Amino acid sequence: MIPLSYYLVLSGILFVCGVLGFLIKRNIITIFMSIELMLNGVNLSFVAFAAHWHALSGQVFVFFVMVVAAAEAAVGLAIIIAVYRTRETLNVDQVNLLKL
Amino acid sequence: MLHLILFLFFGAICVAGAVNLLAQSHPINSALSLIVVMGSLAAEYLLLGAEFLAAVQVIVYAGAIMVLFVITIMLLNAGKEERTQGSRVAIVLGIPGVLIGAVLVAWTLVGRSSTTQSVSIGALWGAPKDIARLLFRDFLLPFEVTSVLILIAIMGAVVLASRPEGGARGPRKDEG
Repeated sequence: MIPLSYYLVLSGILFVCGVLGFLIKRNIITIFMSIELMLNGVNLSFVAFAAHWHALSGQVFVFFVMVVAAAEAAVGLAIIIAVYRTRETLNVDQVNLLKL
Repeated sequence: MLHLILFLFFGAICVAGAVNLLAQSHPINSALSLIVVMGSLAAEYLLLGAEFLAAVQVIVYAGAIMVLFVITIMLLNAGKEERTQGSRVAIVLGIPGVLIGAVLVAWTLVGRSSTTQSVSIGALWGAPKDIARLLFRDFLLPFEVTSVLILIAIMGAVVLASRPEGGARGPRKDEG
């Protein structure tokens, strides 16, 4: 038996690491990976609550989060490739215009 | 007791991978440590009895999505990230702000810990049969909507990543 708060603390640590990476990283791909880390932290709390309340719909929500994350990764990485083609850089400090 | 040891072991691996993701300056090292985080999270899901989600986590996250990331990093030949003035400001302002937020969340969790009881382990609540019953009956409409979402994402990725040379962007849409 593991207390529910242990799982919530672990997911909170993962989420905080994701936010921190989002703020301090300058490489656009690493920023994108930090977003994935945040999504994973939220998924863990979903699964922990699903096990706690014996409600299986929490796991179905995690499934949907994974599907949306896959779609987001495909489109986001395509956008990163398009940005790199026009700017020749991956540093977000130099990508400050939406205009091509 | 064994569950607690396994939880602490995989949780420590998970946190170590997440911290390593922040500490590394090369994107490929960050991607590999993110794979470690996702693999140990799959083990945590198994501890919670969500066996279907553990398999999906390994296949979709650690497999498909991270392969996409690694291929992009290698395709763009991403090197070490360089520090600028803005990044130092982000470190100075970001770390205290995030730590304050983390302390607030932990304080709320600990303050309400009387309502959180033990998680029952090994009750096999995430059997694929039960999930399928829920997914194809109660959540059938969202499930079908996600298939449309995936289709749109595929088309968007093809259109965005195609080369815009020679005004080829218009006709390419029809190919995708």
